[in-house]
Amino acid sequence: MTSQVSSPAEQDGGAAAGNHAPGTKEVRRLDRVIIRFAGDSGDGMQLTGDRFTSETASFGNDLSTLPNFPAEIRAPAGTLPGVSSFQLHFADHDILTPGDAPNVLVAMNPAALKANIADLPHGAEIIVNTDEFTKRAMAKVGYAASPLEDGSLEAYRVHPVPLTTLTVEALKGYDLSRKDAGRSKNMFALGLLSWMYHRPTEGTERFLRSKFAKKPELAEANVTAFRAGWNFGETTEDFAVSYEVAPAAAAFPTGTYRNISGNLALSYGLIAASQQADLPLYLGSYPITPASDILHELSKHKNFGVRTFQAEDEIAAIGAALGAAFGGALAVTTTSGPGVALKSETIGLAVSLELPLLIVDIQRGGPSTGLPTKTEQADLLQAMYGRNGEAPVPVVAPATPADCFDAAIDAARIALAYRTPVFLLSDGYLANGSEPWRIPEVEDLPDLTVRFASGPNHELADGTEVFWPYKRDPHTLARPWAVPGTPGLEHRIGGIEKQDGTGNISYDPANHDFMVRTRQAKVDGIEVPDLVVDDPSGAAKVLVLGWGSTYGPATAAVRRVRAEGRSVAQAHLRHLNPFPRNLGEVLERYDKVVVPEMNLGQLAALLRAKYLVDARSYNQVNGMPFKAEQLAGVVKEAIDD
Amino acid sequence: MTETVAEGATAGAANGRSGAPFEALSLVPRAGAPQSMKDFKSDQEVRWCPGCGDYAVLAAVQGFMPELGLAKENIVFVSGIGCSSRFPYYMNTYGMHSIHGRAPAIATGLASSRRDLSVWVVTGDGDALSIGGNHLIHALRRNVNLKILLFNNRIYGLTKGQYSPTSEVGKITKSTPMGSLDAPFNPVSLAIGAEASFVARTVDSDRKHLTEVLRQAAAHPGTALVEIYQNCNIFNDGAFEVLKDKQQAQEAVIRLEHGRPIRFGLPWSEEDGGDGLGSKGVIRDQATGDLLVVDVTAENAAAVLVHDAHATSPTTAFALSRLADADTLHHTPIGVLRSVERPVYDTLMADQLEAAVERHGKGDLSALLHGNDTWTVAG
Repeated sequence: MTSQVSSPAEQDGGAAAGNHAPGTKEVRRLDRVIIRFAGDSGDGMQLTGDRFTSETASFGNDLSTLPNFPAEIRAPAGTLPGVSSFQLHFADHDILTPGDAPNVLVAMNPAALKANIADLPHGAEIIVNTDEFTKRAMAKVGYAASPLEDGSLEAYRVHPVPLTTLTVEALKGYDLSRKDAGRSKNMFALGLLSWMYHRPTEGTERFLRSKFAKKPELAEANVTAFRAGWNFGETTEDFAVSYEVAPAAAAFPTGTYRNISGNLALSYGLIAASQQADLPLYLGSYPITPASDILHELSKHKNFGVRTFQAEDEIAAIGAALGAAFGGALAVTTTSGPGVALKSETIGLAVSLELPLLIVDIQRGGPSTGLPTKTEQADLLQAMYGRNGEAPVPVVAPATPADCFDAAIDAARIALAYRTPVFLLSDGYLANGSEPWRIPEVEDLPDLTVRFASGPNHELADGTEVFWPYKRDPHTLARPWAVPGTPGLEHRIGGIEKQDGTGNISYDPANHDFMVRTRQAKVDGIEVPDLVVDDPSGAAKVLVLGWGSTYGPATAAVRRVRAEGRSVAQAHLRHLNPFPRNLGEVLERYDKVVVPEMNLGQLAALLRAKYLVDARSYNQVNGMPFKAEQLAGVVKEAIDD
Repeated sequence: MTETVAEGATAGAANGRSGAPFEALSLVPRAGAPQSMKDFKSDQEVRWCPGCGDYAVLAAVQGFMPELGLAKENIVFVSGIGCSSRFPYYMNTYGMHSIHGRAPAIATGLASSRRDLSVWVVTGDGDALSIGGNHLIHALRRNVNLKILLFNNRIYGLTKGQYSPTSEVGKITKSTPMGSLDAPFNPVSLAIGAEASFVARTVDSDRKHLTEVLRQAAAHPGTALVEIYQNCNIFNDGAFEVLKDKQQAQEAVIRLEHGRPIRFGLPWSEEDGGDGLGSKGVIRDQATGDLLVVDVTAENAAAVLVHDAHATSPTTAFALSRLADADTLHHTPIGVLRSVERPVYDTLMADQLEAAVERHGKGDLSALLHGNDTWTVAG
């Protein structure tokens, strides 16, 4: 009885069973649900979504989220561009994406309905706040007649609820103006949805009391609105059915879990790397969407020895980080695409100085200011090549929100072991999206200990022992990291070409040729794991190769195609520079290689250039992640072609 | 954490220097043995043009360093791009020759993460005031523990002679054959306006004055900006001649010394009923509050301003900096214009780290990763 689920499951989901005792409301079991909360930017939709997510996480479902909001803090009220939404997909089994199409839309006003209705499959449920459907509000978004009355929503199951009126009514006992009381309508809606889906409520009540700890009256008002919403579902005839989605116990390996967003996981990964390397963490950053949350998060953890420096601009942010790296810190700068452009010269300097430095790029729509709050993967070539001269920089990309933790540690490993700047390419979708995360044991984290240079490393012809800052480790080609304060190792480094070994200024042509090739060889030689190919039938002719946040939709798409009995192979790149050693060999094994990217084919261009393979680029640059169904179609087309 | 980075390791080395004159450097380890100028010369050949004013500054700095008595491995020179920015290569300390304009930012990261280091920035008028203007003003307002030596030669030397942001209006250069159009910065005024806690000006050729200013800058807790007028004998030769020529300097230079009346010019001789000090002085115009240069007389001698570098308000220091004529350099104050104590950024940053540990205990990674909202999946 999966009436709410209109699209095929990402994994074989069991059909739901009804359960209807006389005198009680009917309870139906579902294997998965996709809910979208939508309203004005000021309606608190992100908070509502976050709370529903927390309730769902603590209930034990697998889940994936997609916050989607305008760049303006308070966009014009009641307009289409001002709509903010939060989509949540939760299931009793392992899922990979926030879902293609919502089964339930909560629309707080006409704009929210209009902006989202096209995404809804027929049969979906819509809960609308009828209080906001005034003539004026409807006219503002182009509704000549009320969609609630003109029959245009006949294909859906509409629940008209006067959310504002009910909330104000519920809060009569509080000393609040009608306007202020009405603000809690998002909590009323949350309560109603919590009832509909049997979510635990204690967490939200605890959250509200702690959030409004300084204003207990407001805390109680919100809790009252939340409970009123729950009771409304319980008592009203209109809501005859509620739904259960069982915990996804089988989907999760044994362990302790929490829900985590990409930016939070990335912040924790940086702190963990600092602890594992036994080096103080230094973040130089300038606020920019969607990266600022990492600055906010790290600034909370000074008791880990974390220094956060909010610089005057992007250039100073990376400059300070590089200065700290010279001093022996694990140095990081966090930004998004426009910030990377400003940092380019300093990244080049870091390449030349050969100091460890992490450049975290939370990609967003570009070019220029582009789409600050929307996702994109169009900085790959900027990360690869966006500098003057031959300036190779390793590139690491996380695949999912929780994977940002491991990717950050991996990027730190490369930076520290090879004394090089490293790009960590996340994106807006990973940054703000969330999923359950199996919390690792600290003792299982990799050891990133670094040995600073402590004495001379070279003997001159006359037997004198000296320190050469550019005498390399023969295995890694890394140069020694000699930090100020170490007696006898005083040395000068800079952006001018250096003589191999001594590090002294050198304009010698042969030396420059050698140094350029050596810096490239160092990056090319970085140890990265071989690419793992998932090809269960062994009969696949088509390989889907993704990178970064396309992992979720690509994997979901591949599951759908296989569920239809067809063969397709899948692999996902975490390391974009250097590529895994076996990548060329993997590409050769398949007749067709499909590369889905949220850009116009940047990875495909790299693959074509390096491996002379006819990679099929599939692109989308609309600020949103791919949908599983969309990619499944692309894969099937490639198989049939 | 190795000993070289731990502040604990440096504290031990700093023992035995109680009462030393350089309080700003109290966390920096002392040298084990007396040092000489030679200790600070690197093995690199100095490649400035013969006759360049940079040689004099390098010698003055190398000569002054032994007086500081710091372990030289705990001294770092950071520079940007330009002729003066080659400076770190010639100092036998740690050093970084970075990119154009960014030295203050890089040095900020270093100084704020390593309080056991004495960090110096060497920059020029183009590096600090044009391409790196933003970093300079923000370093000054933050008051990071940096000593910034700004070599001002009023020209772009390394790119072969274009006008700079301190060149006088109408400057004829390769890029301005009909004369430059933009009004110059006065670096000292700029620094005072940017909330600098220490601002001084000196001249490359006056080794004694230069050394005294370096001494005061080194002792200052926080950012010290020292503008050094430096002659580029190739592209802007004689730019500061009016301040160097004994005769002309009498009228052109206003020497500032804390606690002394601001007097300059030919002595007001005792035969003329004078006091032997300079015949010119600086007084405050009672009507406008501005400063004026006057001939000192028996009537106005008592009204001549006494220089107070430690005045909390920057107003008078700024007014003094404005006495200089941008074209002729007449009435150019040299010496320490402003030296006030205010909280130092790197100290405050370290204090917050300590306070966080006091409040929440030392960070526990496992507890952090778990947070408050977990669930367990049993096998």
